Amino acid sequence: MKTDELERVMRTALAGVAPDLEFDELDPETPIRDQADFDSMDTLNFAIALSRALGIDIPESDYPHLASLAECRRYLAMRTG
Amino acid sequence: MADFLMPSLGADMDEGTLVQWEVAPGDTVRRGQVVAVVETAKGAIDVEIFRDGVVEELLVEPGTTVPVGQPIARLRECGEAEPTPGPAPAPATATAEPDTARVRASPAARRQAEALGIDLEALAGSGPDGAITLEDVGRAGSARESMAEAVAPAPAKPAAPGRPVDIRGAIAAAMSRAKREIPHYYLGHWVDLSPANEWLADWNASHPVAERLLPAVLMLRAVALAAARFPDFNGFWRDGKFVAGDGVHVGTAISLRRGGLVAPALKNADRHSLPELMDAFRDLVGRARAGRLTGSELLGGTITVSSLGEQGVEEVYPVIYPPQVAIVGFGTPVERPWVVGGRIEPRWLVRATLAADHRVSDGRRGALFLEAVTGLLQEPETL
Repeated sequence: MKTDELERVMRTALAGVAPDLEFDELDPETPIRDQADFDSMDTLNFAIALSRALGIDIPESDYPHLASLAECRRYLAMRTG
Repeated sequence: MADFLMPSLGADMDEGTLVQWEVAPGDTVRRGQVVAVVETAKGAIDVEIFRDGVVEELLVEPGTTVPVGQPIARLRECGEAEPTPGPAPAPATATAEPDTARVRASPAARRQAEALGIDLEALAGSGPDGAITLEDVGRAGSARESMAEAVAPAPAKPAAPGRPVDIRGAIAAAMSRAKREIPHYYLGHWVDLSPANEWLADWNASHPVAERLLPAVLMLRAVALAAARFPDFNGFWRDGKFVAGDGVHVGTAISLRRGGLVAPALKNADRHSLPELMDAFRDLVGRARAGRLTGSELLGGTITVSSLGEQGVEEVYPVIYPPQVAIVGFGTPVERPWVVGGRIEPRWLVRATLAADHRVSDGRRGALFLEAVTGLLQEPETL
Protein backbone atom coordinates (compact mmCIF):
# COMPACT_ATOMS: atom_id res chain seq x y z
CA MET A 1 0.00 0.00 0.00
CA LYS A 2 1.22 3.51 -0.75
CA THR A 3 2.67 5.54 2.09
CA ASP A 4 0.22 8.41 1.69
CA GLU A 5 -2.65 5.95 1.66
CA LEU A 6 -1.42 4.41 4.93
CA GLU A 7 -0.97 7.86 6.37
CA ARG A 8 -4.59 8.68 5.53
CA VAL A 9 -5.81 5.46 7.19
CA MET A 10 -3.78 6.18 10.32
CA ARG A 11 -5.02 9.77 10.43
CA THR A 12 -8.66 8.66 10.21
CA ALA A 13 -8.14 5.91 12.78
CA LEU A 14 -6.49 8.24 15.27
CA ALA A 15 -9.12 10.94 14.76
CA GLY A 16 -11.83 8.37 15.51
CA VAL A 17 -10.11 7.18 18.69
CA ALA A 18 -8.90 10.52 20.00
CA PRO A 19 -10.52 13.43 18.14
CA ASP A 20 -8.78 15.84 20.46
CA LEU A 21 -5.26 14.76 19.43
CA GLU A 22 -3.58 16.59 16.58
CA PHE A 23 -1.92 14.07 14.28
CA ASP A 24 0.50 16.65 12.91
CA GLU A 25 1.60 17.76 16.34
CA LEU A 26 2.68 14.27 17.38
CA ASP A 27 6.36 13.40 17.05
CA PRO A 28 6.28 10.32 14.81
CA GLU A 29 9.23 8.60 16.49
CA THR A 30 7.99 8.96 20.07
CA PRO A 31 5.29 6.65 21.46
CA ILE A 32 1.92 8.40 21.37
CA ARG A 33 1.27 7.65 25.01
CA ASP A 34 4.45 9.50 26.01
CA GLN A 35 3.14 12.62 24.29
CA ALA A 36 -0.53 12.53 25.16
CA ASP A 37 -2.98 10.81 27.44
CA PHE A 38 -3.35 7.64 25.38
CA ASP A 39 -4.27 4.57 27.39
CA SER A 40 -4.74 0.86 26.71
CA MET A 41 -8.36 1.43 25.65
CA ASP A 42 -7.15 3.96 23.07
CA THR A 43 -4.49 1.56 21.80
CA LEU A 44 -7.06 -1.20 21.46
CA ASN A 45 -9.50 1.08 19.64
CA PHE A 46 -6.69 2.29 17.38
CA ALA A 47 -5.88 -1.35 16.54
CA ILE A 48 -9.55 -2.08 15.83
CA ALA A 49 -9.88 0.94 13.53
CA LEU A 50 -6.67 0.08 11.64
CA SER A 51 -7.58 -3.57 11.25
CA ARG A 52 -11.04 -2.67 9.96
CA ALA A 53 -9.74 -0.08 7.51
CA LEU A 54 -7.01 -2.34 6.15
CA GLY A 55 -8.78 -5.67 6.44
CA ILE A 56 -5.96 -7.26 8.43
CA ASP A 57 -5.91 -8.86 11.86
CA ILE A 58 -3.50 -7.25 14.29
CA PRO A 59 -2.59 -9.76 17.00
CA GLU A 60 -2.30 -8.46 20.52
CA SER A 61 1.40 -9.33 20.55
CA ASP A 62 1.90 -6.76 17.75
CA TYR A 63 0.34 -3.84 19.67
CA PRO A 64 3.82 -2.54 20.62
CA HIS A 65 4.32 -1.83 16.90
CA LEU A 66 1.44 0.66 17.07
CA ALA A 67 3.06 2.71 19.83
CA SER A 68 4.57 5.46 17.69
CA LEU A 69 3.28 6.76 14.37
CA ALA A 70 6.53 6.00 12.52
CA GLU A 71 6.73 2.45 13.86
CA CYS A 72 3.05 1.99 13.11
CA ARG A 73 3.58 3.12 9.51
CA ARG A 74 6.50 0.70 9.05
CA TYR A 75 4.53 -2.15 10.61
CA LEU A 76 1.41 -1.53 8.51
CA ALA A 77 3.50 -1.17 5.34
CA MET A 78 5.04 -4.54 6.09
CA ARG A 79 1.68 -6.14 6.88
CA THR A 80 -0.07 -4.78 3.82
CA GLY A 81 2.96 -5.49 1.64
CA MET B 1 -49.65 18.20 35.20
CA ALA B 2 -46.07 17.84 36.34
CA ASP B 3 -43.08 20.10 36.03
CA PHE B 4 -39.85 18.73 34.66
CA LEU B 5 -37.07 20.47 36.53
CA MET B 6 -33.49 21.26 35.61
CA PRO B 7 -31.91 18.20 37.19
CA SER B 8 -28.92 18.23 39.47
CA LEU B 9 -26.29 16.23 37.64
CA GLY B 10 -23.93 16.16 40.58
CA ALA B 11 -23.76 17.49 44.11
CA ASP B 12 -21.70 20.37 42.81
CA MET B 13 -24.02 21.57 40.06
CA ASP B 14 -25.95 24.78 40.69
CA GLU B 15 -27.14 25.49 37.19
CA GLY B 16 -27.08 24.10 33.70
CA THR B 17 -27.38 25.39 30.18
CA LEU B 18 -30.07 23.83 28.06
CA VAL B 19 -28.31 23.00 24.81
CA GLN B 20 -31.08 21.29 22.94
CA TRP B 21 -34.52 19.78 23.28
CA GLU B 22 -34.90 16.24 22.00
CA VAL B 23 -38.69 16.37 22.24
CA ALA B 24 -41.40 18.78 21.17
CA PRO B 25 -44.78 19.66 22.66
CA GLY B 26 -47.23 16.85 22.07
CA ASP B 27 -44.58 14.12 22.14
CA THR B 28 -45.24 11.12 24.30
CA VAL B 29 -42.25 10.39 26.52
CA ARG B 30 -41.32 7.30 28.45
CA ARG B 31 -39.46 7.05 31.71
CA GLY B 32 -35.74 6.95 30.93
CA GLN B 33 -36.09 8.64 27.55
CA VAL B 34 -33.56 11.34 26.74
CA VAL B 35 -35.50 14.57 26.44
CA ALA B 36 -32.84 17.26 26.50
CA VAL B 37 -29.14 17.95 26.34
CA VAL B 38 -27.74 20.02 29.17
CA GLU B 39 -24.24 21.45 29.24
CA THR B 40 -22.52 21.09 32.59
CA ALA B 41 -18.98 21.15 33.86
CA LYS B 42 -18.80 17.47 32.90
CA GLY B 43 -19.67 18.09 29.29
CA ALA B 44 -22.96 17.87 27.44
CA ILE B 45 -25.20 15.45 29.32
CA ASP B 46 -28.22 13.66 27.90
CA VAL B 47 -30.97 14.24 30.42
CA GLU B 48 -33.58 11.54 30.90
CA ILE B 49 -37.11 12.01 32.10
CA PHE B 50 -38.22 10.08 35.15
CA ARG B 51 -41.89 9.51 34.38
CA ASP B 52 -44.14 8.68 31.47
CA GLY B 53 -46.26 11.46 30.02
CA VAL B 54 -46.92 13.84 27.20
CA VAL B 55 -44.87 17.01 26.73
CA GLU B 56 -47.26 19.89 27.24
CA GLU B 57 -44.94 22.83 26.98
CA LEU B 58 -41.23 23.59 26.80
CA LEU B 59 -40.48 26.44 29.17
CA VAL B 60 -36.85 27.13 28.38
CA GLU B 61 -35.20 28.03 25.11
CA PRO B 62 -31.96 26.33 24.08
CA GLY B 63 -29.00 28.41 25.14
CA THR B 64 -30.61 29.45 28.41
CA THR B 65 -28.80 28.84 31.68
CA VAL B 66 -31.17 28.05 34.53
CA PRO B 67 -30.66 27.08 38.16
CA VAL B 68 -31.10 23.49 39.27
CA GLY B 69 -34.70 22.86 40.29
CA GLN B 70 -36.27 25.39 37.95
CA PRO B 71 -39.10 23.96 35.80
CA ILE B 72 -37.92 23.65 32.22
CA ALA B 73 -40.89 21.77 30.74
CA ARG B 74 -44.44 20.90 31.66
CA LEU B 75 -45.62 17.35 31.36
CA ARG B 76 -49.14 15.95 31.14
CA GLU B 77 -49.27 12.64 32.89
CA CYS B 78 -50.66 9.64 31.08
CA GLY B 79 -54.40 9.45 31.46
CA GLU B 80 -54.61 13.12 32.27
CA ALA B 81 -57.11 14.83 29.99
CA GLU B 82 -55.80 17.22 27.41
CA PRO B 83 -56.53 20.73 28.55
CA THR B 84 -59.89 21.81 27.14
CA PRO B 85 -59.79 24.47 24.48
CA GLY B 86 -60.36 27.52 26.73
CA PRO B 87 -57.65 29.95 25.82
CA ALA B 88 -56.24 28.70 22.56
CA PRO B 89 -52.95 26.95 23.23
CA ALA B 90 -50.00 28.56 21.61
CA PRO B 91 -49.63 27.11 18.15
CA ALA B 92 -46.91 24.56 18.14
CA THR B 93 -44.48 26.58 16.16
CA ALA B 94 -41.57 24.85 17.76
CA THR B 95 -40.74 22.79 14.73
CA ALA B 96 -40.01 19.35 15.94
CA GLU B 97 -37.14 17.84 14.05
CA PRO B 98 -37.15 14.32 15.37
CA ASP B 99 -35.38 12.95 12.34
CA THR B 100 -32.65 15.50 12.17
CA ALA B 101 -29.69 14.13 14.03
CA ARG B 102 -28.40 16.49 16.64
CA VAL B 103 -25.30 18.34 15.57
CA ARG B 104 -22.36 16.27 16.72
CA ALA B 105 -19.70 18.37 18.34
CA SER B 106 -17.12 18.01 21.05
CA PRO B 107 -17.89 19.83 24.31
CA ALA B 108 -14.87 22.06 23.75
CA ALA B 109 -16.17 22.93 20.28
CA ARG B 110 -19.63 23.63 21.69
CA ARG B 111 -18.19 25.92 24.32
CA GLN B 112 -15.97 27.76 21.88
CA ALA B 113 -18.80 28.16 19.39
CA GLU B 114 -21.00 29.59 22.10
CA ALA B 115 -18.27 31.98 23.20
CA LEU B 116 -17.76 33.13 19.62
CA GLY B 117 -21.45 33.20 18.83
CA ILE B 118 -21.03 30.68 16.01
CA ASP B 119 -23.96 28.52 14.96
CA LEU B 120 -22.81 24.89 15.03
CA GLU B 121 -25.53 23.94 12.57
CA ALA B 122 -23.82 26.08 9.97
CA LEU B 123 -20.51 24.26 10.22
CA ALA B 124 -19.25 21.17 8.46
CA GLY B 125 -17.54 18.85 10.89
CA SER B 126 -14.20 17.28 10.07
CA GLY B 127 -14.25 14.90 13.04
CA PRO B 128 -15.46 11.29 13.09
CA ASP B 129 -19.01 10.91 11.74
CA GLY B 130 -18.90 14.56 10.77
CA ALA B 131 -18.51 15.73 14.35
CA ILE B 132 -17.53 19.34 14.70
CA THR B 133 -14.14 19.75 16.34
CA LEU B 134 -12.60 22.65 18.15
CA GLU B 135 -10.50 23.22 15.06
CA ASP B 136 -13.61 23.57 12.85
CA VAL B 137 -14.97 26.20 15.18
CA GLY B 138 -11.61 27.96 15.24
CA ARG B 139 -11.53 28.03 11.43
CA ALA B 140 -15.06 29.40 11.27
CA GLY B 141 -14.16 31.93 13.95
CA SER B 142 -11.10 33.24 12.17
CA ALA B 143 -12.87 33.29 8.81
CA ARG B 144 -15.65 35.35 10.31
CA GLU B 145 -13.23 37.57 12.14
CA SER B 146 -11.30 38.42 9.01
CA MET B 147 -14.59 39.26 7.29
CA ALA B 148 -15.73 41.32 10.23
CA GLU B 149 -12.44 43.18 10.32
CA ALA B 150 -12.86 44.08 6.69
CA VAL B 151 -16.25 45.56 7.42
CA ALA B 152 -16.10 46.94 10.91
CA PRO B 153 -14.12 46.45 14.08
CA ALA B 154 -15.31 43.26 15.72
CA PRO B 155 -17.45 44.15 18.71
CA ALA B 156 -16.17 42.71 21.95
CA LYS B 157 -18.58 39.97 22.91
CA PRO B 158 -19.32 39.91 26.62
CA ALA B 159 -18.59 36.60 28.33
CA ALA B 160 -21.71 34.48 28.48
CA PRO B 161 -23.28 34.93 31.90
CA GLY B 162 -23.72 31.99 34.21
CA ARG B 163 -21.18 29.66 32.64
CA PRO B 164 -21.20 26.25 34.26
CA VAL B 165 -18.38 25.72 36.70
CA ASP B 166 -15.38 23.98 35.22
CA ILE B 167 -14.71 20.32 35.81
CA ARG B 168 -12.01 21.16 38.36
CA GLY B 169 -14.69 22.86 40.41
CA ALA B 170 -16.94 19.82 40.12
CA ILE B 171 -14.21 17.52 41.37
CA ALA B 172 -13.27 19.96 44.13
CA ALA B 173 -16.83 20.06 45.42
CA ALA B 174 -17.37 16.28 45.37
CA MET B 175 -14.00 15.41 46.88
CA SER B 176 -14.18 18.12 49.56
CA ARG B 177 -17.54 16.73 50.59
CA ALA B 178 -16.12 13.19 50.66
CA LYS B 179 -13.20 14.17 52.87
CA ARG B 180 -15.38 16.38 55.07
CA GLU B 181 -18.21 13.92 55.65
CA ILE B 182 -17.02 10.38 55.03
CA PRO B 183 -14.86 8.65 57.64
CA HIS B 184 -12.78 6.59 55.21
CA TYR B 185 -10.88 3.50 56.21
CA TYR B 186 -8.36 1.91 53.84
CA LEU B 187 -7.26 -1.66 53.14
CA GLY B 188 -4.80 -3.05 50.61
CA HIS B 189 -4.02 -6.46 49.19
CA TRP B 190 -1.56 -7.81 46.59
CA VAL B 191 -3.07 -9.87 43.81
CA ASP B 192 -1.12 -12.29 41.65
CA LEU B 193 -2.28 -11.36 38.16
CA SER B 194 -0.63 -14.29 36.38
CA PRO B 195 -3.79 -16.43 36.08
CA ALA B 196 -5.79 -13.43 34.82
CA ASN B 197 -3.03 -12.45 32.37
CA GLU B 198 -2.76 -15.97 30.99
CA TRP B 199 -6.51 -16.31 30.66
CA LEU B 200 -6.68 -12.91 28.94
CA ALA B 201 -3.80 -13.68 26.57
CA ASP B 202 -5.55 -16.92 25.52
CA TRP B 203 -8.85 -15.15 25.02
CA ASN B 204 -7.31 -12.31 23.06
CA ALA B 205 -5.22 -14.62 20.89
CA SER B 206 -8.34 -16.51 19.84
CA HIS B 207 -10.59 -13.51 19.21
CA PRO B 208 -10.50 -10.83 16.51
CA VAL B 209 -9.30 -7.46 17.65
CA ALA B 210 -12.81 -6.03 18.08
CA GLU B 211 -13.71 -8.77 20.58
CA ARG B 212 -10.60 -8.54 22.73
CA LEU B 213 -10.76 -7.68 26.39
CA LEU B 214 -8.76 -5.31 28.57
CA PRO B 215 -7.56 -6.26 32.07
CA ALA B 216 -9.66 -3.39 33.43
CA VAL B 217 -12.83 -5.26 32.47
CA LEU B 218 -11.83 -8.27 34.58
CA MET B 219 -11.29 -5.92 37.50
CA LEU B 220 -14.65 -4.22 36.98
CA ARG B 221 -16.38 -7.56 36.77
CA ALA B 222 -14.65 -8.90 39.91
CA VAL B 223 -15.75 -5.83 41.87
CA ALA B 224 -19.30 -6.12 40.51
CA LEU B 225 -19.64 -9.78 41.50
CA ALA B 226 -18.18 -9.15 44.94
CA ALA B 227 -20.42 -6.11 45.46
CA ALA B 228 -23.47 -8.25 44.68
CA ARG B 229 -22.40 -10.56 47.51
CA PHE B 230 -21.56 -7.72 49.90
CA PRO B 231 -24.48 -5.32 49.63
CA ASP B 232 -23.17 -3.08 52.41
CA PHE B 233 -20.49 -1.81 50.02
CA ASN B 234 -22.94 -1.19 47.23
CA GLY B 235 -25.20 1.79 47.81
CA PHE B 236 -25.43 5.22 49.36
CA TRP B 237 -25.23 7.07 52.64
CA ARG B 238 -28.39 9.15 52.68
CA ASP B 239 -30.07 11.11 55.46
CA GLY B 240 -27.98 9.51 58.17
CA LYS B 241 -28.33 5.92 57.06
CA PHE B 242 -27.18 3.40 54.50
CA VAL B 243 -29.44 2.69 51.55
CA ALA B 244 -28.55 -0.35 49.42
CA GLY B 245 -28.24 0.17 45.66
CA ASP B 246 -31.04 -1.02 43.38
CA GLY B 247 -28.56 -3.14 41.43
CA VAL B 248 -24.80 -3.18 41.03
CA HIS B 249 -23.89 -0.16 38.94
CA VAL B 250 -20.12 0.18 38.88
CA GLY B 251 -18.84 3.70 38.45
CA THR B 252 -15.57 3.68 36.56
CA ALA B 253 -13.18 6.55 36.92
CA ILE B 254 -12.31 7.75 33.41
CA SER B 255 -9.70 10.41 32.87
CA LEU B 256 -10.52 13.02 30.26
CA ARG B 257 -7.78 14.16 27.96
CA ARG B 258 -8.77 17.79 28.42
CA GLY B 259 -8.13 17.25 32.15
CA GLY B 260 -10.14 16.00 35.06
CA LEU B 261 -12.14 12.82 35.33
CA VAL B 262 -15.68 11.49 35.52
CA ALA B 263 -16.98 8.25 36.99
CA PRO B 264 -20.05 7.18 35.02
CA ALA B 265 -21.75 3.90 35.86
CA LEU B 266 -21.72 0.58 34.07
CA LYS B 267 -25.25 -0.48 34.86
CA ASN B 268 -25.94 -3.95 36.25
CA ALA B 269 -22.29 -4.85 35.78
CA ASP B 270 -22.79 -8.07 37.77
CA ARG B 271 -25.31 -9.35 35.24
CA HIS B 272 -23.26 -8.95 32.08
CA SER B 273 -20.70 -11.30 30.64
CA LEU B 274 -17.14 -10.07 30.15
CA PRO B 275 -17.62 -9.37 26.41
CA GLU B 276 -20.83 -7.45 27.13
CA LEU B 277 -19.11 -5.51 29.85
CA MET B 278 -16.18 -4.74 27.54
CA ASP B 279 -18.56 -3.32 24.92
CA ALA B 280 -20.37 -1.25 27.53
CA PHE B 281 -17.05 -0.03 28.96
CA ARG B 282 -15.73 0.95 25.54
CA ASP B 283 -18.94 2.80 24.79
CA LEU B 284 -18.82 4.58 28.15
CA VAL B 285 -15.18 5.68 27.77
CA GLY B 286 -15.88 6.95 24.26
CA ARG B 287 -18.90 8.95 25.32
CA ALA B 288 -17.25 10.25 28.49
CA ARG B 289 -14.41 11.64 26.39
CA ALA B 290 -16.79 13.04 23.80
CA GLY B 291 -18.88 14.61 26.56
CA ARG B 292 -21.97 12.52 25.81
CA LEU B 293 -23.01 10.83 29.01
CA THR B 294 -26.52 10.55 30.35
CA GLY B 295 -27.54 11.96 33.71
CA SER B 296 -28.38 8.54 35.10
CA GLU B 297 -24.95 7.24 34.10
CA LEU B 298 -23.24 10.16 35.81
CA LEU B 299 -25.20 9.78 39.01
CA GLY B 300 -26.10 6.10 38.89
CA GLY B 301 -22.96 4.50 40.33
CA THR B 302 -23.49 2.41 43.47
CA ILE B 303 -19.76 1.72 43.95
CA THR B 304 -16.72 2.98 42.03
CA VAL B 305 -13.56 1.44 40.62
CA SER B 306 -10.45 3.51 40.05
CA SER B 307 -7.86 1.70 37.97
CA LEU B 308 -4.54 3.36 37.14
CA GLY B 309 -3.97 1.26 34.03
CA GLU B 310 -0.65 0.39 32.52
CA GLN B 311 1.12 3.65 33.16
CA GLY B 312 1.19 4.80 36.69
CA VAL B 313 2.26 3.94 40.18
CA GLU B 314 1.66 0.74 42.04
CA GLU B 315 -0.88 1.89 44.59
CA VAL B 316 -3.84 4.26 44.75
CA TYR B 317 -5.72 5.36 47.88
CA PRO B 318 -8.98 6.37 46.28
CA VAL B 319 -11.50 8.86 47.67
CA ILE B 320 -15.12 7.72 47.91
CA TYR B 321 -17.50 9.44 45.51
CA PRO B 322 -20.36 10.69 47.69
CA PRO B 323 -23.00 9.56 48.44
CA GLN B 324 -21.47 6.14 47.68
CA VAL B 325 -19.85 4.19 50.50
CA ALA B 326 -16.97 2.34 48.86
CA ILE B 327 -14.38 2.60 46.11
CA VAL B 328 -11.92 -0.04 44.94
CA GLY B 329 -8.57 0.99 43.51
CA PHE B 330 -6.16 -0.94 41.30
CA GLY B 331 -2.60 0.25 40.85
CA THR B 332 -0.41 -0.31 37.82
CA PRO B 333 0.62 -3.99 37.57
CA VAL B 334 4.27 -4.60 38.44
CA GLU B 335 6.54 -7.59 37.95
CA ARG B 336 7.97 -8.68 41.30
CA PRO B 337 9.50 -11.67 43.06
CA TRP B 338 6.69 -13.67 44.63
CA VAL B 339 6.64 -16.86 46.65
CA VAL B 340 4.68 -19.60 44.92
CA GLY B 341 4.68 -23.08 46.45
CA GLY B 342 7.81 -22.35 48.48
CA ARG B 343 9.78 -20.98 45.52
CA ILE B 344 10.49 -17.44 44.47
CA GLU B 345 9.13 -16.68 41.03
CA PRO B 346 8.78 -13.50 39.00
CA ARG B 347 5.09 -12.64 38.87
CA TRP B 348 2.87 -9.81 37.68
CA LEU B 349 1.14 -8.33 40.69
CA VAL B 350 -1.44 -5.65 41.13
CA ARG B 351 -2.16 -3.79 44.34
CA ALA B 352 -5.88 -3.71 45.09
CA THR B 353 -7.10 -1.16 47.62
CA LEU B 354 -10.44 -0.45 49.23
CA ALA B 355 -11.62 2.81 50.74
CA ALA B 356 -14.91 2.34 52.55
CA ASP B 357 -17.25 4.39 54.71
CA HIS B 358 -16.75 3.52 58.39
CA ARG B 359 -20.30 4.63 59.16
CA VAL B 360 -21.52 1.66 57.13
CA SER B 361 -18.91 -1.07 57.51
CA ASP B 362 -15.87 -2.03 59.57
CA GLY B 363 -12.41 -3.16 58.59
CA ARG B 364 -13.13 -6.85 59.12
CA ARG B 365 -16.06 -6.75 56.74
CA GLY B 366 -14.04 -4.62 54.31
CA ALA B 367 -11.27 -7.22 54.36
CA LEU B 368 -13.75 -9.96 53.44
CA PHE B 369 -15.08 -7.83 50.60
CA LEU B 370 -11.62 -7.01 49.24
CA GLU B 371 -10.63 -10.67 49.56
CA ALA B 372 -13.70 -11.58 47.53
CA VAL B 373 -12.67 -9.12 44.82
CA THR B 374 -9.10 -10.37 44.66
CA GLY B 375 -10.17 -14.02 44.90
CA LEU B 376 -12.41 -13.61 41.85
CA LEU B 377 -9.61 -11.88 39.96
CA GLN B 378 -7.34 -14.82 40.65
CA GLU B 379 -9.88 -17.22 39.19
CA PRO B 380 -10.66 -15.50 35.89
CA GLU B 381 -12.70 -18.44 34.64
CA THR B 382 -15.29 -17.57 37.34
CA LEU B 383 -15.75 -14.05 36.00
